[in-house]
Formats: sequence, structure tokens, C-alpha cells
Amino acid sequence: MYEIVSKKKINEQVEMMEIKAPFVARRCEPGQFVILRVTETGERIPLTIADYDREKETVSIIYQVVGKTTQMLSGMEAGESLLDFVGPLGKASDLKPHKRVLGIGGGVGAAPLYPQIKKLHEMGVAVDMILGGRSAEYVILEDMFKEVSDNVYFATNDGSKGIQGFVTDVLKTLLVEGNTYDEVIAIGPLIMMKAVVEITKPLGIKTAVSLNPIMIDGTGMCGGCRVTVGGETKFACVDGPDFDGFQVDFDECMLRQTFYKEKEAHACRLDQQKPE
Amino acid sequence: MANMSLHKVKMKEVDPVVRSGNFEEVAMGYTLEEAMEEATRCLQCKHKPCVSGCPVNVRIPEFIEALAAGDIETAYQVLTSENKLPAICGRVCPQEKQCEERCVRAIKGEPVGVGRLERFVADYYMEHFNGKQEKATTNGIKVAVVGSGPASITCAGELAAKGYEVTMFEALHELGGVLVYGIPEFRLPKDLVKKEIQKVLDLGVQVHKNVIVGKSITVEDLVEDGFKSIFIGSGAGLPRFMNIEGENLNGVYSANEFLTRVNLMKAYQFPYTNTPVNAGDKVAVVGGGNVAMDAARTAKRLGASEVHIVYRRSEEELPARLEEVHHAKEEGILFDLLTNPVSIQGENGHVAGMTCIRMKLGEPDESGRRSPVEDPGSEFSMPMDTVVIAIGQTPNPLIKNTTVGLSVNRKGCIVVDEESMETSLENVYAGGDVVTGAATVILAMGAGKKAAEAIHAKLTQQTQE
Ligand SMILES: Cc1cc2nc3c(=O)[nH]c(=O)nc-3n(C[C@H](O)[C@H](O)[C@H](O)COP(=O)(O)OP(=O)(O)OC[C@H]3O[C@@H](n4cnc5c(N)ncnc54)[C@H](O)[C@@H]3O)c2cc1C
Ligand SMILES: Cc1cc2nc3c(=O)[nH]c(=O)nc-3n(C[C@H](O)[C@H](O)[C@H](O)COP(=O)(O)OP(=O)(O)OC[C@H]3O[C@@H](n4cnc5c(N)ncnc54)[C@H](O)[C@@H]3O)c2cc1C
Ligand code: SF4
Ligand code: SF4
Ligand code: FES
Ligand SMILES: [Mg+2]
Repeated sequence: MYEIVSKKKINEQVEMMEIKAPFVARRCEPGQFVILRVTETGERIPLTIADYDREKETVSIIYQVVGKTTQMLSGMEAGESLLDFVGPLGKASDLKPHKRVLGIGGGVGAAPLYPQIKKLHEMGVAVDMILGGRSAEYVILEDMFKEVSDNVYFATNDGSKGIQGFVTDVLKTLLVEGNTYDEVIAIGPLIMMKAVVEITKPLGIKTAVSLNPIMIDGTGMCGGCRVTVGGETKFACVDGPDFDGFQVDFDECMLRQTFYKEKEAHACRLDQQKPE
Repeated sequence: MANMSLHKVKMKEVDPVVRSGNFEEVAMGYTLEEAMEEATRCLQCKHKPCVSGCPVNVRIPEFIEALAAGDIETAYQVLTSENKLPAICGRVCPQEKQCEERCVRAIKGEPVGVGRLERFVADYYMEHFNGKQEKATTNGIKVAVVGSGPASITCAGELAAKGYEVTMFEALHELGGVLVYGIPEFRLPKDLVKKEIQKVLDLGVQVHKNVIVGKSITVEDLVEDGFKSIFIGSGAGLPRFMNIEGENLNGVYSANEFLTRVNLMKAYQFPYTNTPVNAGDKVAVVGGGNVAMDAARTAKRLGASEVHIVYRRSEEELPARLEEVHHAKEEGILFDLLTNPVSIQGENGHVAGMTCIRMKLGEPDESGRRSPVEDPGSEFSMPMDTVVIAIGQTPNPLIKNTTVGLSVNRKGCIVVDEESMETSLENVYAGGDVVTGAATVILAMGAGKKAAEAIHAKLTQQTQE
């Protein structure tokens, strides 16, 4: 069992938990994730390691409540325990000692981006950040990012914070203004990452993205998380989740993510009874 | 006077129509009377040919003799002196290629139902006796076991019984390896696997689930943490795909994913359990082994109306257990033999059909098997909404990639000394599917046992020095 050491609400839909997990805390690095299970009948879901503390043997996760399992997670309080919590999974991000990097975080995608930006900052890399969301309250971790970046820009759909528009609008402006970056790291909805790459690829600005296909084991055992990168099939849980954005087949990823849409909605609506 | 019937005493099975709609166990097992009757078919051969057919040399005539006399407790003790997981082996061993193949009764008629009797003794004992295991006094020497499949369970049990402080590390949230995530409930009930494994753990094995060696902790860490020997029984869990067009469409599963969703995550009880599976209505399972049979029968139980086994060789070459092929046919699984997929077609990102080509058997190769060759121009397409690929698994490279100096062969299998099961690293052992590639439960158990003996011998020697 994995104790919830603390829990915090970030906004209406996004929460943060600190979990006691000695085996994960011992070896985890930015870019890696965990897979957890809340109860005996629950499913396994992946969440990025947003932060960790090796001394306290804890790992932080930040999740958006979108369906059945994240709702169940949201129903848990500090002091209670999660049934399963395994990691660290995936490859650590390949963070290079660049001069200047631009981070782009869309919605809850800001969470997985944070440990990478923090690490880059510690490495002495200059970082600019673009944070986006539906409206001001969906822009998360602003204060934490401000501590580790030179500039933080905002974009919201309704204009309630930063410009009205998309993160890619800010990206375009920054580039037009003559800002140069050695690398862009974009994490958010697939459609956002695809749009970012459509801008950076023609300009040849190296862009790392983090893919989030449907996973079960997270160890390379099922192949459910397969994605096409550079024309080759990769398992995102072991070969990723970070990939070279120029090489990713985003359209395939988007289709694969929807495979269980109907059943997921069903799981969310039903009060489940044990079948005979 | 022995019972000279040419046939095994029949074992009751759930009717194929009824069972293909649920996940209950198909073969119902013997009653005490039936088991004792079958036991009297054994001739108690002095030269025991059956025993040499069993990879762990179960003392077959001896346990059957006790059973025939109605002494189940003795039968169980004799049986488990060589095989710690009899309820499992009795159900899943390919007996027709092992113990039963060598049985003298098979010369004329059916062999003695060794597997069934083994299963009976184990089930009966668990239900009626449930004797607590005595823990050995600890010798204070720490040994780590990686994985919790049959190889690791056996190795852990043997060492714990000798007093070693054994710690088991398992990547998943359940113990048992393929026994829990691969082989379906209707063939091997999970409650039973749990009980059988618990008996071994009761000998004093400490367990860490949710720990992936190579990720959460490395082999090097284990050495630093004071483990004197390490046994790797991480199996062959990496699914192979065909590398054909359309393989990443929604509706194409590896057998591992399909079976894991259903068995480990119990998707057949969705939405009571929260993991979904989309079995579809028309399902093609590619492959001809146990894994393929399990996937096909599972798809049927999830409601598919038409399930095909698509296999590139002929019936004779099907590698699955005979009983599984037989059960699959009874349940209405269609066999498309000498057929091989060429590509998968999609509609809106979802499988809509599969194009196959007919095969012919060519000349026998070095192994004596006739290899299939394509029959040019014989392509045809089958409308499908699900394709499950069950063409084999190889060892997961996670441990190899994170362990400096660990030798593996061309196929990624860990190389060991065949006598001791020791790897290229001193005091690091391996056994089971991670060494042989996908094989059988009993071979994995045999390897775990052999490694335990070698570990004990070497550590005894080292502590005396
Ligand atoms: C490597 C990785 C890292 C992730 N990190 C985070 C994170 O830090 N914070 C966060 O909020 N979310 C993260 N996600 C997404 C998160 O796993 C899903 O939001 C979650 O599984 C939804 O579960 P649900 O039952 O609440 O919702 P559901 O209604 O069941 O699903 C909603 C959507 O989530 C996705 N999803 C469903 N099941 C899975 C699954 N087993 N694996 C992956 N995706 C699934 C699908 O696109 C689905 O349509 C990550 C995903 C991956 C693969
Ligand atoms: C669907 C299916 C049906 C089968 N049917 C039969 C049958 O009828 N009869 C028969 O004899 N055989 C059958 N087999 C084969 C048999 O199950 C295997 O040969 C046997 O289970 C191998 O045992 P093992 O201990 O080597 O590995 P496994 O059973 O594969 O167990 C390996 C364990 O190690 C864990 N692991 C892997 N990597 C790590 C890591 N890095 N750190 C920690 N843990 C790790 C895995 O999660 C797993 O639990 C079948 C196999 C499948 C897939
Ligand atoms: S363990 Fe398997 S091969 Fe050995 S006697 Fe039992 S059923 Fe036969
Ligand atoms: S070969 Fe057959 S008949 Fe002879 S001892 Fe073995 S099981 Fe009994
Ligand atoms: S989640 Fe199963 S292989 Fe990646
Ligand atoms: Mg869900």
C-alpha cells in the first residue's frame, strides 16, 4: 500500500498528491512516470512524476479529473493509501546543456513538463515558458514555473489570462520577435503538440513531445501503447514517453487514444454491481 | 488386478454451448471415486517410463498407488516432493507430450490420466487438509528472486525451505506471471493459483510487488543491498508483431494485451471492474499455440459471434495442447489452416478486414518440419473487426539493458550454464522462459528448482570458505 502523504487542489479539475513510494523515489528522473491502481477492481493508469523527494521517499503526481479512475483518485484523502503504485517507468528525458529552451505546457500537460524545466534550470539553461489552458483557472503551476524560468507567457481560449488564443499563437509571436531557442519541449493534448510541431518543423527548431497513449503494464509487455515514430513502431512506455516531435505520427496517436471512448463514458456513468 | 479399460475415466466438462458464454472452469475434475478408479489403471511399472517423461520427475506410480488406496495425504506428499504446484501442472502441462506419452498403457488405448490425477490430489488436499507449512529456521543469507512466474516461485520455495531469506520482486500487482495474466480463468482459476502460490510463500518468502528490476531497482542495487544470489525468472513477455500494414489500427491487439486486459484486469466483468476490452464480433487470432487458443476462446466468451484461428501450417503442426484444440473446436472456433495474414484493412482508424494468403507445406527443413510457402495469387480477404496477434514472445530486454555484463543470445534470451543455471555474472542465475524463450510451466519450474540447488551448493561452499 502506498500512503497519500498530502493532497492539494490546484483548480476545479486538477489535483496534486504526494505519495509515499520508496522504490519509485529511489531512482526516478524527470520525464518518467508511474502506473497506479486505486482499488482491487480498478484499472491501471499512468501519471507523470511531477516532483520527487528522495529523502522523504515520496513522489508527487498531478492529475486532471477526466473519468472513472481519476474520479476515484480524487475521492481519496491524505492518510489513505493507494493499492498499487509502480515506477519509475519510461525513459528519463534527454535534457541537454543547451543555452536556451522554450517549454510549452497545455492544460495539465504543464505537470509533466515541470520536473524537466526545473532540472534544466538547475543545469543553468535559460528557460522561457508558455502556459495555456481553457481559461485562467486551467493554467496550472504558474508560481512553480516562475521560479525556474526567465519569462512565463500565457494563452487562454477566453482571454482570461494572457492572450486570447492558443499557445501556438504565443510561440509564433516569440519567434517573429526574433527569440531563438535550441529546443522546444511541448507537452499537452496531442492536437496542441501537433500544432507546435507544424510551426517548429519547417524552421528546424528541435522539438521534444511527450506521448500519452493508453497503457496497461508500462513495461513493454502488452504493446498497447504502440506509436509510430519515424515510420517505426515504438512502445511509448519503454521507448518513450518523450519522442522527437518531427517524427511522430500524431494522427495515428489521436485515433488510438479514442479506442475505448464509449466504454470509458459507460464506466463513469454506472454504479457498478458485481456480476454473477 | 489392474483396471484394464482402454479409456481414461471420463472427466466431466461444462457443455460447450453453456461454457462459451462464461469464464467458469471448463474441465470439472474427478470425484474421489472417479480418481480412485482411474488410479487403478496404472500398472505400477517397475521401470517407470512415465517418470522420465516428466521434466521434474514426479514420482508418478508412487503417488498413484497411494491415491488408489484412498490415502490422499500420502499421495500429496509424494507428489509435492517433486512438484510444488501440482494443481497448476495437472491442468496445464502438455501431458500428451510428456508423462502420458511414455505411459505403457498408451501402447494400446489411452494412457493413465496422470495430469488429471495430479490435479485431483492437489485440489482434494487443498480442500480437505490444508496443512500449514513449517517455516525452516533462517540461515540469515539473503537471496533475491526476480519475477513471480512458475520459475521464480519454485526457486523461491526451494530456497526458503532450506532457510534462506528470500525476497521476491514482481513488476505487476499480482503474483504468478503468465499463470495470472496469460492463461485464462476458464482453464486455470485464479483463486486456485493464488492458494497454490500462497502455500509456497508460507515457507517464508518476502514479497515486493510493483517493483520492476531494471527500473525501480537494478541488479547492481540488489548486490549492494546484500543479496548473495539473484535468480532472474522474468519470463518471455515481449510480444512479437507481424510488421504488416495496418497493425496499429484500433482493434489489433497483441495476445498479451488482450489476455492481460481480460485475465489480470478482469475486463470480462466490466464495468464492475474498470478495465475495458473491445472484443468485437468477428475476430481473427493469428497463431496456433496455447496462447492463440486461449485468445480465441476468450474472444468467444466475450461475445464474438465468429472467431477464427489463422495459422500458417497445418493441423498436425499446431503447437497447442491437444485438449485446448479439442475444446476450441467444441466451442465453435473456426480453423483457417495453411493461411497467413498479408495486411489489415481499416475504416476510420478501426480494423475492417484482413487479407490473407493460402500456404502450402514445402520440403522438410533441418528440424524435419515442413515449412509453409505462399501459394501465389491465392490472396483473399476476410471481414474482421478484431485481430489478435499470437505469434510468439521473446524476453523483455529491460533487465539486460540495465545489467552490465549479462550475456544474452541472438534472440535476447539470457545465456546460462546448463548445469547450474548461472549467468555470465557470478551469483546471478536465470531460468524459465527468459532463458529458453516461450516454453512451458513445468520446464520453468524445473529450471527454478535446478537453480535453487546450484545456489544452495555455491552459497554453502562460499560460507564455509
Ligand atoms: C505516460 C503518461 C503520462 C501521463 N501523465 C499524466 C499526468 O501527469 N496528469 C494527468 O492528468 N494525466 C496524465 N496522463 C493521462 C492519464 O493517464 C489519463 O487521463 C487517465 O488514464 C484517465 O483515466 P480515467 O479513468 O479517469 O478517464 P477515462 O474516461 O477512462 O479516460 C479519459 C481519456 O484518458 C485516456 N486514458 C484512459 N485510460 C488510459 C490508460 N490506461 N492509459 C493512458 N491513457 C488513458 C484516454 O485518452 C481516454 O479517452 C498520462 C498518460 C500517459 C500515457
Ligand atoms: C496465454 C498463454 C498460455 C499458456 N498455456 C500454457 C499451457 O497450457 N501449458 C504450459 O505448460 N505452458 C503454457 N504457457 C507457457 C507458460 O505459461 C510459460 O512457459 C511459463 O509461465 C514461464 O514461466 P516463467 O516463470 O519463466 O515466466 P512468467 O510466467 O512469464 O513470469 C515472469 C514474471 O516476471 C515478471 N517480470 C518480468 N520482468 C520483470 C522485471 N524486470 N522485474 C520484476 N518482475 C519482472 C513478470 O511480470 C512475470 O510475472 C502459456 C503461456 C501463455 C502466454
Ligand atoms: S508435472 Fe506435468 S509432466 Fe510431470 S507428471 Fe505432472 S502433469 Fe506430467
Ligand atoms: S507408465 Fe503408466 S502404467 Fe506404468 S507406472 Fe507410469 S502411469 Fe502407471
Ligand atoms: S503499456 Fe504495455 S507495452 Fe507499453
Ligand atoms: Mg478509465
